[in-house]
Amino acid sequence: MRRNGVLKSNLTGYAFISPFIIGFLAFTLIPMVISLYLSFTNYNLFSSPRWVGFDNFDKMFTNDPKYWNSVRVTLIYVLLGVPLRLMFALFIAMILNTKSRMVGAYRTMYYLPSIIGGSVAVSIMWRNIFSNEGIVNSVIGWFGITPVQWFGNPDASLVMLISLSVWQFGSSMLIFLAGLKNISVEMYEAAGVDGAKPIRKFFSITLPLLSPIVLFNLIMQTISAFMTFVPAYIISKGEGGPMDGTMLYSLYLFRQAFMFNNMGYASAMAWMMLILIGIMTGLLFITSKFWVFYESEGGR
Amino acid sequence: MVWKRFKWPVYHILVTALAIIMLYPVIWMLFSSFKESRLIFLTADSLFPDTWIWSNYSEGWKGTIYPFSKYMTNTIVIVVIATIGAVISSSLIAFGFARLRFVGQKFWFALMMVTLMLPHDVVLVPQYIIFTKLGWLNTILPLVVPSFFGMPFFIFLMVQFIKTIPGELDDAAAIDGCGKFRLYLQVIMPLLKSSLATAAIFSFYWRWEDLLGPVLYLNSPEKYTVSMALKMFLDSESASNWGAMFAMSIVSLIPVIAIFFAFQKQIVQGMSSSGLKG
Repeated sequence: MRRNGVLKSNLTGYAFISPFIIGFLAFTLIPMVISLYLSFTNYNLFSSPRWVGFDNFDKMFTNDPKYWNSVRVTLIYVLLGVPLRLMFALFIAMILNTKSRMVGAYRTMYYLPSIIGGSVAVSIMWRNIFSNEGIVNSVIGWFGITPVQWFGNPDASLVMLISLSVWQFGSSMLIFLAGLKNISVEMYEAAGVDGAKPIRKFFSITLPLLSPIVLFNLIMQTISAFMTFVPAYIISKGEGGPMDGTMLYSLYLFRQAFMFNNMGYASAMAWMMLILIGIMTGLLFITSKFWVFYESEGGR
Repeated sequence: MVWKRFKWPVYHILVTALAIIMLYPVIWMLFSSFKESRLIFLTADSLFPDTWIWSNYSEGWKGTIYPFSKYMTNTIVIVVIATIGAVISSSLIAFGFARLRFVGQKFWFALMMVTLMLPHDVVLVPQYIIFTKLGWLNTILPLVVPSFFGMPFFIFLMVQFIKTIPGELDDAAAIDGCGKFRLYLQVIMPLLKSSLATAAIFSFYWRWEDLLGPVLYLNSPEKYTVSMALKMFLDSESASNWGAMFAMSIVSLIPVIAIFFAFQKQIVQGMSSSGLKG
């Protein structure tokens, strides 16, 4: 009788989560296994896969400057874009962390660019405000700076992509804002009595107490930045140009798979991406021991 | 003393000014959509058009190959089906994780959290191959079917929410002879409304702006989505019909912005409590 009850409750549990299990097997696990297999083959979708061992990885490491360029461009994009975006997000969150009736409206205004962020329309817009006669060149012209050929210079075009990602700082800002609200006012007041200036308060109170949220934001934003596709695809019209300056990893993978039909090579690239992301998140976790402060530990 | 009095006005002026700079690109695009195509870049630094060209909108609505309304309909069909699938399946799974006890529960939940962080690129190629072999190419199936098997982000969101609902409700329902499925459908679901709405809104956003999926799986223009229609405008820019392109870009943003303003409280809360998007 009791055993039946246990069996029944197990079955009920599995019945409810069965869509997840089926979906996980069909759309994640099995594809991952296939992808791992394909990464050791040559496969063009039309003839059957041909086993080539480590050739794809070998080519990637030693014989494909375009691959390394895409790694370099992506790393610059992630290492510059994510910190800038988070600094901006934190700055705005601190400004908006006041008791004012307008704060709701401000929050909306600063969040709006992020909600429309991933769309093709925004990428098209970004492409145009940076065009040679676009608004950005007009504005920097007022300050006597010579117009930049944003689409002629690989570095400049990468700046364009990074600026777009920084512009969409809204979601990180909201998470920071939620974190800031949890820091008690008394702490700042006590520090103020002790004669602490705002900068001191920021580095001794705000930043340590916010550090778990900084870590969370860093990890999530790093992962999503690594996979950025649409802006690079639209801004460079799918070419990754000029001179591969906007050839982000995802875009290069897409081109290898779906323009050149190198399914095996693209799968190898996907696994390298997984390893790269794993290393980056791992590093963040390991170093976090030194800079993330958990209140429950009672300080250092 | 003087500073105290001016502090707040100065604050509001600075914050508003910064917000306007932030929003300027969108405002610029809005006004550019009313400019004559050849003047958009000549007058890039002045916001308002000299003469308002409304025909950009009717011109753009005519679309490339097919009228824009067709792309709109295609997108709406995909968005609605995928969203319904994602919300129903995710709530079912979330109920299982949050309210039922079974062997291996922790394992499956941990697995789900891992898939949440898994880069989609890893499964991009094999999924494409699988869907091609199934003969799903050039249908909307690859874009909607996976959402019927739960979206990890929504499941996580709903599990967190269901856990805040007191367990006494379950006990009371059990005494009344209510089975687990009825408990889910008639007790938990109605309480889950705000969570379901948040999931539906985010699902809408992701589907609406999705470009990679349609680019991979849809190859006849009559099935194209709004994102792809905009991309086609960009590709055929030799005609330099900038005005029409900007006009349709604005049109594509209208539903997004409308939903944002209608549900901002919900969105902002959903975002700050989880924050995985953007």
